[in-house]
Amino acid sequence: MPIIPKDEAQAILKKVLSFSTADEAEANLYGGTRGNVRYARNTVTTAGGTDNVSLAVQVWFGKRSGVATCNQFDDATLRRCVQRAEEIAKLAPEDPEYMPRLGPQQYLTAPSFAASTAGITPDFRAQAAGDSIALCAAKQLTAAGFLEDGTRFEAIRNSKGLEAYQQSTNLDFSVTVRTPDGTGSGYAVADFTDAGKFDAKALTQRAATKASSSVGAKAIEPGKYTVILEPAALVSDEGLINRLVYAFDAREADEGRSFLSKKGGGTRKGEKLFDPRISISIDPTNALAPGGTFDNEGLPVKKLPIIEKGVAKNLYYSRYWAQKNKTEPTGFTGNFIMEGGTQSLEDLIKSTQKGILVTRLWYIRDVDPQTLLVTGLTRDGTFYIENGKIKHPIKNMRFNESPVIMLNNVEAIGRAQRLGGNLVPPLKIRDFTFTSLSDAI
Amino acid sequence: MQRRHFVGLTGLAAGALFLPRFPALSGTPVDVAELLRPFDAALNKRLADAALNAAKAAGASYADVRIGRYLNQYLFTRERQVQNIVSTESQGIGVRVIVNGAWGFWATNQLTEADVAKAATTAAQIAKANARIQKEPVQLAPQQGYGEVSWKTPIQRNALEVPVKEKVDLLLAANAKALDAGASFINSALFQVNEQKYFASTDGSYIDQDVHRIWPTFTVTVVDKASGKFRSREALSSPMGLGYEYLVPKAQDKIKGPAGTDVIGYRNSYDLLEDAALAARQAKAKLTAPSVVPGKYDLVLDPAHLGLTIHESVGHPLELDRVLGYEANFAGTSFATLDWKKQGKPYGSKLVNIVADKLQPGSVGAVGYDDEGVKTREWDLIRDGQLVDYQKIRDQAHIVGQDHSDGCCYSQSWQDVQFQRMPNVSLRPGKQKLSVDDMIRGVDKGIYIAGAGSYSIDQQRYNFQFGGQTFYAIEKGKITGQIEDVAYQSNTQEFWNSCAAICDQSDYRLFGTFFDGKGQPSQSSAVAHGSSTTRFNGVNVINTARKV
Repeated sequence: MPIIPKDEAQAILKKVLSFSTADEAEANLYGGTRGNVRYARNTVTTAGGTDNVSLAVQVWFGKRSGVATCNQFDDATLRRCVQRAEEIAKLAPEDPEYMPRLGPQQYLTAPSFAASTAGITPDFRAQAAGDSIALCAAKQLTAAGFLEDGTRFEAIRNSKGLEAYQQSTNLDFSVTVRTPDGTGSGYAVADFTDAGKFDAKALTQRAATKASSSVGAKAIEPGKYTVILEPAALVSDEGLINRLVYAFDAREADEGRSFLSKKGGGTRKGEKLFDPRISISIDPTNALAPGGTFDNEGLPVKKLPIIEKGVAKNLYYSRYWAQKNKTEPTGFTGNFIMEGGTQSLEDLIKSTQKGILVTRLWYIRDVDPQTLLVTGLTRDGTFYIENGKIKHPIKNMRFNESPVIMLNNVEAIGRAQRLGGNLVPPLKIRDFTFTSLSDAI
Repeated sequence: MQRRHFVGLTGLAAGALFLPRFPALSGTPVDVAELLRPFDAALNKRLADAALNAAKAAGASYADVRIGRYLNQYLFTRERQVQNIVSTESQGIGVRVIVNGAWGFWATNQLTEADVAKAATTAAQIAKANARIQKEPVQLAPQQGYGEVSWKTPIQRNALEVPVKEKVDLLLAANAKALDAGASFINSALFQVNEQKYFASTDGSYIDQDVHRIWPTFTVTVVDKASGKFRSREALSSPMGLGYEYLVPKAQDKIKGPAGTDVIGYRNSYDLLEDAALAARQAKAKLTAPSVVPGKYDLVLDPAHLGLTIHESVGHPLELDRVLGYEANFAGTSFATLDWKKQGKPYGSKLVNIVADKLQPGSVGAVGYDDEGVKTREWDLIRDGQLVDYQKIRDQAHIVGQDHSDGCCYSQSWQDVQFQRMPNVSLRPGKQKLSVDDMIRGVDKGIYIAGAGSYSIDQQRYNFQFGGQTFYAIEKGKITGQIEDVAYQSNTQEFWNSCAAICDQSDYRLFGTFFDGKGQPSQSSAVAHGSSTTRFNGVNVINTARKV
């Protein structure tokens, strides 16, 4: 097993650092096992996995640094690896944005590892795929799905005494169910730290219901509509919310090339830019969506509000940019928590006079970074709502919308759920802009 | 938990390049000297045989082995400083087997005979588990073994052998040109990729390949702090299957854009300094350029732009795995089904001839053999506007009644399983002599678009929307100036049927990408698309300006 326990990992890193003669040194040891099964046309197509562990050593002589790696762990290899990094550092140009290594840090504890997931076997994966296929085949539907699980560890140690270690597991599953004539399509997606919570049949059933009920879609005129965006429509495929969250970089805002840059200079930090019910934060300790507790320099990931009650509360600072601006740097490994409400998806539908339920958005791409305008299309289950009920399926449409504008047009917020390692609620949004029809099903 | 490491890429073509998906970034940093160490074919053969024998002993009716050494170097600079120099190496073995009619795959970085044999046995265990739920056994198109053969990208100068200082100096010189021409910021980068791949199979092939790719690129940004407005322009370079010679500009490779623009296109060599200065001037002009009036326009699309439209609306819909439903859960399916093909509807106008190949010299997709040991080839996809064929690999050929693979199977690394990927897909140039200026002279109300920008298309490849890098209004046969906020929306068949004219061979050049994404787990593939400047009539243009 390529999962190296904490003490063993730190012992390897300690030895590596002892071989260095540089002013500063840092070593990262990381790796794991991952496995997957993929199926389509109601049969398994590919399945496999990989084992890999790597060591990266970075050293500094003054402001010059070098990196080297190896994946064998005998003393001779480790010594050679450190020497190589030192040789590169001596030849490198000085880094004007050099920052000294961090000293010892305190890290939060995240419930990011589950033994149930680490113990997954090829038979477990084949069973999940088989269950999903059997459910669809029995209904004369066609399943295409993917299950991937992984067990990882990451360890860091540096010459200033910093020590970090974390193990994590994940199971990601998605399934698209289509009618055999291609006139209906439905989708379900979920991810877990603990494979014990995974239910392939329930997720497949959800996609199958959407597939069957999306047959016979009617075209409606593109334009501005009230939409209910399910979490998959908000964060799958690098979605609207991910793009907004990743756009909070302080340096870009200070440099005038961000939607957070202010006319005349400066940033919009502290301004109310969104509906007051919108709050998004970083919290690696969240029980449902645990995250990384340190970044790749060992900087702690702390609880931090990004958007608080509609206000742009904090931007991300690299260590260099934070020092230059006399503020704290931000540890961030990519996952976030968006605050939800108490209503279920069904409640949101019930309270909608006229609107559109969107299962998934697809091929989302930036159009204008000035306004965060993005485009993309609905997919795998788009329905017209009238008087609180799903009336009929509708044809897919292209949208052109900015998450900044969208989060000013909030009608209601549902219960948050985990997706893509984040917590995200379904949102009801008014005046969402659809610009053309698509024939895709 | 999904840990997302931002590897010093912030600001580089934000939103356009999605660099964190670059497959090679999953490799690990390595000393430059290591990049030049030769790949040991004799050792590879021994390891390959150990894996193949173990696979056969575990019941495999077929097995293949890919031992890969993926060497990369990336240089990142901004303005007058180096941000990051990363040299990576990723080495390991992937073993694919068929047992009881089902595929199994396992990969490991441990390259001893015992470890690779264990990987083969694990792959066989996975295949056996899957065989229980397999509906139809895998059928492979026959493939004769080639014995011990090799292929190498015909480069003149290995970019990895060029001293880092020379490369850094070039990027910083380009940055200086952009800053001198009015850029507020420039992020530039040079990607160098070397895939050393050793393939062996139970068919009796031992194929040693040394594949090189290069891509210089940048994003220039101009900020007007007073108005709070900023605009960017990306490089008009292309990823190429060339060595460092691509960065030595040659006059014969420069193709001047139409009169009234300062656009320059590049063929087999690229003038990074010239393009950086032009980019700054064009980005500055974008700040004050009039916003487009939405409506129907005749579009004149340059090859650095059209390549991406070809990629999305022709390359992807004609991948047989998508057509058959293998990608239904992720990349999607295709409108161009086997039934649709039988109906004989026109894909495009009679001018439209599209060819697939993995041979074109200098193209980023060129290799001698694919990743399941099939010699690469060229074949027609669309002839005189009519769909004639798809892109397929060994386990798909029988489904369309063919007995051969097209040689377009690819894996992004040793640790990912190979599958059908897009070869180069190119629009053949017009047969009659036609320059871009001649083409524009015939346009009454149109837009000339240079460079690829925003792109999005539905999962069956009907409805698409594309932006660009620079846009010029055409009125009564003349370019009248730069405009902004342009995106066009169309439907694949309507669009290709509106193809009204294609410039001749003298205007032909390649667009390329490193980031063609497909599959689960998602893999990136490098692919090129050639074309000459082409006119499409009456396309719907929207205005993308918003206020936040």
